[in-house]
Amino acid sequence: MPLLEAFRMALETVVAQKLKSFFSLIGVFIGVMFLIAVVSIVQGMNVYVQNTVTSEIGGINSFQLRQRPNMVMGNVTEDMWREWNRRPRISVKDAAYVRARVTVPARFANYCADPVSISYGTKVAKQIELRGTEESYFSLKKYNIADGRAFSGEEVRAGFPVLVLGSIVAEKLFVGQEPVGRSVTIGGLPYRVVGVVESQGTTFGLSQDKFAIMPFSAPARRMICPIGVLDQLMVSTDDPATMQAAMDQVEAAMRIRRQLRPQQADNFTIQTADAALSSWKKVTTVLFTALPLLVGISLVVGGIVIMNIMLMAVSERTREIGIRKALGAKRRDILAQFVVESATLSLLGAAMGIAAGILLAYGIKALTPLPAAIAPWSLGLAVTLGILVGMVAGVYPATRAAKLDPIVALRAE
Amino acid sequence: MNPPIIRVGDLTRRYEMGGETIHALRGVSLEIERNEYIAIMGPSGSGKSTMMNVLGCLDTPTSGEYWLNGLEVSRLGDDALARVRNREIGFVFQTFNLLPRASALHNVELPMVYSGLAAAERRGRAAAALDRVGLANRMRHRPNELSGGQRQRVAIARALVNEPSILLADEPTGNLDSTTSAEIMHLFEELHRQGQTVVMVTHEPDIAAHAERVVTLRDGRVDSDRVTQGAAA
Repeated sequence: MPLLEAFRMALETVVAQKLKSFFSLIGVFIGVMFLIAVVSIVQGMNVYVQNTVTSEIGGINSFQLRQRPNMVMGNVTEDMWREWNRRPRISVKDAAYVRARVTVPARFANYCADPVSISYGTKVAKQIELRGTEESYFSLKKYNIADGRAFSGEEVRAGFPVLVLGSIVAEKLFVGQEPVGRSVTIGGLPYRVVGVVESQGTTFGLSQDKFAIMPFSAPARRMICPIGVLDQLMVSTDDPATMQAAMDQVEAAMRIRRQLRPQQADNFTIQTADAALSSWKKVTTVLFTALPLLVGISLVVGGIVIMNIMLMAVSERTREIGIRKALGAKRRDILAQFVVESATLSLLGAAMGIAAGILLAYGIKALTPLPAAIAPWSLGLAVTLGILVGMVAGVYPATRAAKLDPIVALRAE
Repeated sequence: MNPPIIRVGDLTRRYEMGGETIHALRGVSLEIERNEYIAIMGPSGSGKSTMMNVLGCLDTPTSGEYWLNGLEVSRLGDDALARVRNREIGFVFQTFNLLPRASALHNVELPMVYSGLAAAERRGRAAAALDRVGLANRMRHRPNELSGGQRQRVAIARALVNEPSILLADEPTGNLDSTTSAEIMHLFEELHRQGQTVVMVTHEPDIAAHAERVVTLRDGRVDSDRVTQGAAA
């Protein structure tokens, strides 16, 4: 009997017994729904973390020279932590020394940041990240200026008290007023607002616009880091090969400057997007290891339910099987009929699970800050698993049906 | 002369039931010619149901031989028997045995599904078979939307659609009133006149009287085998 015929008969049966079919699908339905939803959310977070980390570092061909890493998602042991804290901080002189020794084309920005309060008249914006850096920072972070201008190289070298605000800070301090040209105070010192950065949106519900950027050597620098040191030297190149060369040159220069012997480990960190992501990838690996267990349990339960439903179907339809056999159905025809029917049931459950999983993923995306992105491979996997579970669950009932004696089966009620 | 369409020789069939051996058939020999219209009669327990199952290739004899249309079928396996049922035998049952959820057309298509015919050809032949039994306007109806007589006509159309060697009817009028029974018997005579070999198993003498030949079984043996006028009753 052709497969299509068996499939058509299976659909007819399923349609004829809608409610019973639905209940028998619930296990597969739930399993597939979780598969799709969890994969979507983890994938969404993946895309999201990658974008965030990459943009934080300043793009894929960028890296940072730091005292210690600040983007670690894996397990940090006490010993590692203590070793990091013992390291000398990166000084402005270190940065200058390194910058002079990178021969490949690269852009640099010294950088320091800490939260401060900014006030304008009676209005105060608290917990605003004040970033002291250089003019190259804006292009490094791909910040677009929505209003006014970024500060210039001269202003950086002279340490002018000028500020470029994140959009939410500007809104909060100057409700309805033009921010550019106004004077705000940070730690009692006056600063002139010269520009506002285009809104960067939110991350996990947190605004990415709560910052103010000033020239590295502007007066308020003592509030964000000690004199003569910086949080990180940001380095940006144009392609992966240049980036590797620049990283090698930075590391070599730092080792010379720190007078490290060959057997000594670096007492500084060169942080790349890849390195920061590697620990995140460990987290997703753990998630993706736990997921099959969850999905597997649902599918096994779903398979058992389907097997029971099919056994019931076989005993309810004994007479039908007898009729089919009398009319010339061979064992394998009956076997195929019930296996295909079981697979069709299960596939239907999987299809419903896919729909519900996508809805669930987008529901979570809409109601929480968690992102979601449907992974095409998870859809393929769901369909395959659906068919497979149904076929496996159908084999035993179908074998029983195929073995029925036509005379006995014809006499059944 | 043509060889007989059915030849059974010294057919026996024993069952084990609860440690007891039941001799349903104790050596039946019978020849049925092509285009015969024969009724097999007998009281309950005479072995006529077993005879019907063996003739219909639903059951295999314990010993003896069974030639159907030139093929010895008594030692065939399950799948080979299924093939013989599909090609050589058209069943008509007392309880019609139609698939309840399928339309009349689909019910008639079923034997051709198992002989592997393409869907378009199946549909055409099924429609023609329904037309032949006078149900051209009932093809889309399901069994529960048809009267008893109409259901039995659908079953007859299904039995004939693969052009079998024998039409094997088991109490074909057992569930029908007398008017409808007469209609069905008329249809059988019609088919017989067109050349169809008909084997009918029944315990009702006035139904058996429609056949040209009546074989009576008793205790698993042929008790009598007589030629009647047929259709006279």
